[in-house]
Amino acid sequence: MIEIDNVHKSFGELEVIKGVSLSVNKGEVVSIIGGSGSGKSTLLMCINGLESIKSGSIRVDGTEVHARDTDINKLRQKIGIVFQQWNAFPHLTVLENVMLAPRTVLGKSKAEAEALAVKQLTHVGLADKLKVFPGKLSGGQQQRMAIARALAMSPDYMLFDEATSALDPQLVGEVLDTMRMLAEDGMTMILVTHEIRFARDVSDRVAFFRNGLVHEIGTPDQVIGNPQRAETADFLKSVS
Amino acid sequence: MMITSFTWNDLLFMLDGAKVTILLTLAAMLIGTLAGVVFGLLRALLPVLSLPLAWVLDVFRSVPLLIQFVLFNSLKSIMGLNWSAFTVACVVLGIYVSAYCSEIVRSGVLSVPPNLRRASRSLGLSYWKDLRHIVLPMAMRVAFPGWLNLVLSVMKDTSLVMWIGIVELLRASQTIVTRIQEPLLVLCIAGLIYYVMSLVVARLGARLETRWQEND
Repeated sequence: MIEIDNVHKSFGELEVIKGVSLSVNKGEVVSIIGGSGSGKSTLLMCINGLESIKSGSIRVDGTEVHARDTDINKLRQKIGIVFQQWNAFPHLTVLENVMLAPRTVLGKSKAEAEALAVKQLTHVGLADKLKVFPGKLSGGQQQRMAIARALAMSPDYMLFDEATSALDPQLVGEVLDTMRMLAEDGMTMILVTHEIRFARDVSDRVAFFRNGLVHEIGTPDQVIGNPQRAETADFLKSVS
Repeated sequence: MMITSFTWNDLLFMLDGAKVTILLTLAAMLIGTLAGVVFGLLRALLPVLSLPLAWVLDVFRSVPLLIQFVLFNSLKSIMGLNWSAFTVACVVLGIYVSAYCSEIVRSGVLSVPPNLRRASRSLGLSYWKDLRHIVLPMAMRVAFPGWLNLVLSVMKDTSLVMWIGIVELLRASQTIVTRIQEPLLVLCIAGLIYYVMSLVVARLGARLETRWQEND
């Protein structure tokens, strides 16, 4: 379970998160929508400690993410994250990209890590690209590789930071399909997304962020189908 | 027909000099690269703390190598160090190379996109594992052409050690010129030897680079 409690976060003078509270239960899929600068991506970075917070607390399975004595590297093993810029390691093959963390962090043998990586890459439909370097792949393929790379650590949670925003329109579908598959497998997920229809389809709850706060939250049918607040409705109108 | 006093023995003498040039270059690159990698990492990862280091290294980059050789050689006697001229040459060249190499390494490390480091940290890699598996391999590819340039330029800079009494390729050539008075011929041969040595280094480097580029 991820428990976010009254989190504040600033970059210098600029406060980007102004007291957000949100809990995500095991097996739940929560989508975060909202305009740029609303603090939604930053919140994801705070959840696995890539960004610090100013005040409040974030707990993952009861472990305080930002506590000084938390072993953040260990905690990150159970929180996978997929970035907008897919961030493939260009000097490693697709297979090596996925094997890296199981090998170096979990200390798996080469054979074990390879078997695991092949399984994950097959899962996302890249079984024929194992020995290829990421530079030779399309954006959609690189993003699916990034998903496999995160899944190879057998995370309990997956965070998606606008995973399809940097893709050509015709490549968005294949990545969304992969994410949908994960959601159907019961993965606990937090999605920051601009794909409103997709969010409506796969989410258990949708949160609309505005000015660093949760402006409206509820089931997809409530928030997207029948928004209660004018700003939510305006936002939905602007992106549809 | 042209008649020359240049003998096989002269050529062998020059090749002996070339051997000294190669040894000096190897020693300087070895010392300089090891130190340069450490200095460069410090400069890239702890920019503020390592500022004094940058000032010191700047001195070695800014003062002509010839002056460094002569000064250090005199200093050696004053400090009572019983070092051979060759050792002095290796130390001075090594420090000189490390000053340049640290900048090459620093720019390589800084060229690694912060997003990639975030991605590797997000997978649970520690700071050091990220450095070892992501930052260093990627920085190496960026830094390599600059480093190769340094090898070639140092190989030629080694000729300055003649000022502290070491006979390397250029000094050997001058000795022969003084004796047979055929500077054009001798310098052409010396130039050719330098060229061949550089060519080997450049070709080996180019081969390595192509292999990396095929991957990107």
